[in-house]
Amino acid sequence: MTSDTHALPDHDAHGGAAHGSLQSYLIGFGLSVVLTAIPFWLVMTGAIADKTATGILVLLFAAVQIVVHMVYFLHMNTRSENGWTMMALIFTVVMVVIALTGSLWVMHHLNINMMPMHDMSQMP
Amino acid sequence: MTVANVSTQGSEPVFHLIDEHAHPEGASTMLGFWIYLMSDCLIFAMLFATFGVLGGNYAAGPSPKDLFDLKLVAVNTTMLLLSSITYGFAMLTMEKSRVGATQAWLAITGLFGLAFIGIELSEFAHMIHEGATPQRSAFLSSFFTLVGTHGTHVTFGLVWMVTLMVQVARYGLIEANRRRLMCLSMFWHFLDVVWIGVFTFVYLLGMLR
Repeated sequence: MTSDTHALPDHDAHGGAAHGSLQSYLIGFGLSVVLTAIPFWLVMTGAIADKTATGILVLLFAAVQIVVHMVYFLHMNTRSENGWTMMALIFTVVMVVIALTGSLWVMHHLNINMMPMHDMSQMP
Repeated sequence: MTVANVSTQGSEPVFHLIDEHAHPEGASTMLGFWIYLMSDCLIFAMLFATFGVLGGNYAAGPSPKDLFDLKLVAVNTTMLLLSSITYGFAMLTMEKSRVGATQAWLAITGLFGLAFIGIELSEFAHMIHEGATPQRSAFLSSFFTLVGTHGTHVTFGLVWMVTLMVQVARYGLIEANRRRLMCLSMFWHFLDVVWIGVFTFVYLLGMLR
């Protein structure tokens, strides 16, 4: 009797934005609190003497927290909108990585190459 | 009934949709809004890159250590994180079609957002009072541009939230309002994601410089 419903375009199958549950929101919130508190604690107390190591750790915590937010708050997955949201996200991440690393890398080299200016000021 | 009879006997019914079928109103809104958010993400990426390049140029002016109060930033971060979870609760109550609870959670979210903006503005006012204005150094120009752009986004998110609360109060949780609330949900959580970048890149790494 219900077989004729096969003919109807099934819009639920399009899979719009996924919805979260109370549990997923609470897990996301708990993880975020921990992932925020640790880097603040690291920097405020100077628990690790080496600043470079602290910096790398802080960046790692931020990267993990961004993924946590994406999964638990923004409900990112490979299924929503037939995977097009994930495609758009991957494209954006690639663009962001190129822009950020490119800018920092090029300008860092420029700074290094400008260094002799400092010595020249000492010259007679 | 004839269709049912056909399907019960023998081979599986096969259907071909030659033309693109009609989409209901708002079916593509979520994807479109997501693509807007991704373009917004690129704007922030450019501002982060600018700050990354200029963030160390103090022009003999104040450095992050002289200006930033990490305790205040921690409180601010807490405000935004709490507003994220309360917006999540608003979405959960919306799913259950509880108008009053949805409005209440939206109001709480709005208050947390307002607290965030208030703390940020008082921080800016304090800095400007100390002479750390945007025109003081390249570091401060890029700082105010990046953090200010994020703050502007949050402010507009608050305006949007109030608008939607009025809409929900007037028309209830109709399909269009649910869609709008879901868009704002994405916007609001996205701003929290950007803030993770701001407090890490600008404040925490700034203090380590």
